[in-house]
Amino acid sequence: MAIDMSQFYQVFFEEAAEHLASMEALLLAIDPGAPDPEDVNALFRAAHSIKGSSGTFGFQDMMEVTHILETMLDRVRKGEAPLTDDMVDASLVAGDVLKNLLAAHRGEDEADREAAEAICHRLEALCRALDEPSRGEVTAAPVAVPPQEAASPAGFDLLFTLVGDIGGERDTFADLLAELGRIGVVQTLEAPTPGERHCHLRIETDKDGDFLRGLLEFVAEAASLRIEPLAGGAAEDEAYGFFEDLPEVAGGSEWRSSDDAYGFFEPLQSVPGAAVAEEAYGFFDEQEVASLLAKQQAAEPYGFFTELPVPDGAPSVVAEVQETAYGLFEPLPEAPATSSPEQVEASVAVDAPAAVAAVPQPPARKPAARAPGGGDSGSIRVSVEKVDQMINLVGELVITQAMLTQAAVNVDPVICERLINGLAQLERNTRDLQESVMSIRMMPISVVFSRFPRVVRDLSQKLGKQVELKTIGESTEMDKSLVERITDPLTHLVRNSLDHGLETPEKRRAAGKSETGTITLSAYHQSGNIVIEVGDDGAGLNRARILAKARERGMAVSDSMSDQEVWQLIMEPGFSTADQVTEVSGRGVGMDVVKKNISAMGGRIELDSMAGIGTRITVRLPLTLAILDGMSVGVGPETYIIPLSYVMESMQPERGMMKSVSGVERLIQVRGEYLPVICLHEVFRIPGAITDWSKGIMVVLEADGQSAALFIDQLIGQHQVVIKSLEANYRRVQGIAGATIMGDGRVALILDVPMLVGMARRVLPAAA
Amino acid sequence: MLQAAQTTAAQEPEDSGAVQELLTFTLGAEEYAIDILKVQEIRGYDAVTTIANAPSFIKGVINLRGTIVPIVDLRIKFSVGVAEYTPFTVVIILNIGGRVVGMVVDAVSDVIALKPEQIRPAPDFASSVDTAYIMGLGALGERMLIVVDIERLMLSSEMALVDEATA
Repeated sequence: MAIDMSQFYQVFFEEAAEHLASMEALLLAIDPGAPDPEDVNALFRAAHSIKGSSGTFGFQDMMEVTHILETMLDRVRKGEAPLTDDMVDASLVAGDVLKNLLAAHRGEDEADREAAEAICHRLEALCRALDEPSRGEVTAAPVAVPPQEAASPAGFDLLFTLVGDIGGERDTFADLLAELGRIGVVQTLEAPTPGERHCHLRIETDKDGDFLRGLLEFVAEAASLRIEPLAGGAAEDEAYGFFEDLPEVAGGSEWRSSDDAYGFFEPLQSVPGAAVAEEAYGFFDEQEVASLLAKQQAAEPYGFFTELPVPDGAPSVVAEVQETAYGLFEPLPEAPATSSPEQVEASVAVDAPAAVAAVPQPPARKPAARAPGGGDSGSIRVSVEKVDQMINLVGELVITQAMLTQAAVNVDPVICERLINGLAQLERNTRDLQESVMSIRMMPISVVFSRFPRVVRDLSQKLGKQVELKTIGESTEMDKSLVERITDPLTHLVRNSLDHGLETPEKRRAAGKSETGTITLSAYHQSGNIVIEVGDDGAGLNRARILAKARERGMAVSDSMSDQEVWQLIMEPGFSTADQVTEVSGRGVGMDVVKKNISAMGGRIELDSMAGIGTRITVRLPLTLAILDGMSVGVGPETYIIPLSYVMESMQPERGMMKSVSGVERLIQVRGEYLPVICLHEVFRIPGAITDWSKGIMVVLEADGQSAALFIDQLIGQHQVVIKSLEANYRRVQGIAGATIMGDGRVALILDVPMLVGMARRVLPAAA
Repeated sequence: MLQAAQTTAAQEPEDSGAVQELLTFTLGAEEYAIDILKVQEIRGYDAVTTIANAPSFIKGVINLRGTIVPIVDLRIKFSVGVAEYTPFTVVIILNIGGRVVGMVVDAVSDVIALKPEQIRPAPDFASSVDTAYIMGLGALGERMLIVVDIERLMLSSEMALVDEATA
């Protein structure tokens, strides 16, 4: 039976990448002093899943690294060792190494074997450090160490097949014996041999089945693992033997929910039959599955889990198990009351055939990947082109729908009731469709921001600075293509802020600031732009030094240049004022590349800085696909859209409100404030517009903290509009931010409010 | 890459003696021809949305299936004929290096194939059309076709269709 494993590779790659990403996020969030047990468990599970699946797919290098990582995390998870900063660091590095290896397997990168070996050694050293106190005693008497507590030890039979290929069966087995030796008296009934990895141990211990399972889970193939209480034990032990299966189920579902790959290692025994069948189809021959299923059906205890007839009394337990899988560990001891000892016996006894059926499965037949197409992330990759095409088509549909609605205005609603109802429904559906299609391309900027905690952490350690990263507006949505392209420039900016902007703790203390510097990343929408700010509370830019450097470079500069102009100098190619070229930045390639990239996206970059207070870099990007709430207004024959976010109020001016300065009526008094008036028809030279103040409408706008009144003919309505670029086929137009397509298919231009408001401040019209 | 492809397309007729296909249209009494490969479609003249402070030959923008497309009136630009808009006024939608531009002409005549030897070089003369944009004069019996390098014309700074920075 040859399965082409390569078809699962892609699934493995994606899954491993996901696990690595979640591992990194967890590591960054974890507090080594007081780690959340849930986080540690999640970490361990991620490492374990990667190990399992990479082993299955034959990626030995990845498996080796994760194995050691997992071993270390396992100790922490069980509370045997405290989590240290060192461990977190090592784990992060291991994560990087794994990413590299993963990329290498994908054929995207060269595998860095040295780094992989280095991290293996580092992790091993950490593990060994943990072992030091206990190792001597354990190895001295590996087989029979007396139980630490003599209180009514219970006996268990442990049957399992060792997981292959991890440092040789013998070593694993010896380690396991040592481990078991610490909790009870171990008898080896069947030891693994090089060819046969099956083992049979008997242990007397006061620990319960769960505990043993926890120990064995990682050396034994889960499907083969059986823990059975010794016959003739106390009644409570028997009951335990019965219920020992229940936690299994609980454990199984718990694992499965958080980590799918894991489910694969133990579905045969621990998951209800139906689930096994479903999962198994992807990986086993149908024949295999059929036979497996047949065996399971034959095996009575599985009936306990599936819908097969069950002895009375049992169903209630099952229901409880399935409904409250999580809470199972506690309520168990009370459960025996609901079922008779006979049932207990039966279920334990008949458990065996099913497990035996599972044992002969060679490991290669249990690929730890999900069935193709059965991914739980539920995402598909589609080319952006297709999405764009769909967006355009939906746009067309909306216009057609608007045309139909327009045409239906004249029909008699009594005669054509159904037509009108249908049109109303069409309108609703098209709107919904448009909204969902639009949302496909939009991604929250958190996708970009999420990588910065790591960047900041690594860099601040390297530079010996204390940095706190704040992110604001992570849910701000922007176009996917922009998300992809903004990542690198933004990383540059953050690194720059860290390296050049923030001072060392000593300098900060000397300057009377807190030792921990702050880098703030924020994102928000403004006037059809997405604005991303990278701010720091560092030393700020040094004007004198920039000017000196510019002179040195032979640039034409003068002392009378405005700050803004001086700041722009640092974005010239080859300009770096860093006294020393560091590993991080300072080669002078950063800022000009950033600027180039951002202008290539049609964006702008601005710098604000104040010595001793900090620096803020503002990146403005167009939102090519953003939807905007707009107010449509009419001026003469034209229709314009004003982004609603700028509109404060609108009013019909009365004669007395208009005030004149030096003979020109260009101020309006609104609630005690004097606002400059912008006449749209003058700015855009629109013929046929209303010029009498009392007949038009004033819209009070506010942008960048400034207010102005815009004089227009009439208000038309309020719409959600899709911003279309005017620059794609035309060019930038003064006072116009973009264009949109109205319901009737015509184009309406969107006003660039900040520019208009700015214009009102600067340019006063000539006296009429 | 696109430009390279187009240059080779333009040179091909001379090299191989292959025939070049041209779309001919009229502006007033004059007949013009452009490379048919630059033409995306031909449609009627719709209402345009005027753009403030644009040159007079830029009529405005239209919505072409979701794309905002500027419309140029070549009659105004070349000062030929009368710029009136009737139901028969035609807009040729061009696709030039990924940019979509519409141009208003009086009428579209036909598609013709011209051999390289049928295209004569244009003499230098003063006209409202810069001779730099005229690839040559095509002789087709009695008719004289003005073969225009439409790509160069539309991307030129005097058409003001493109930002200076990107031009």
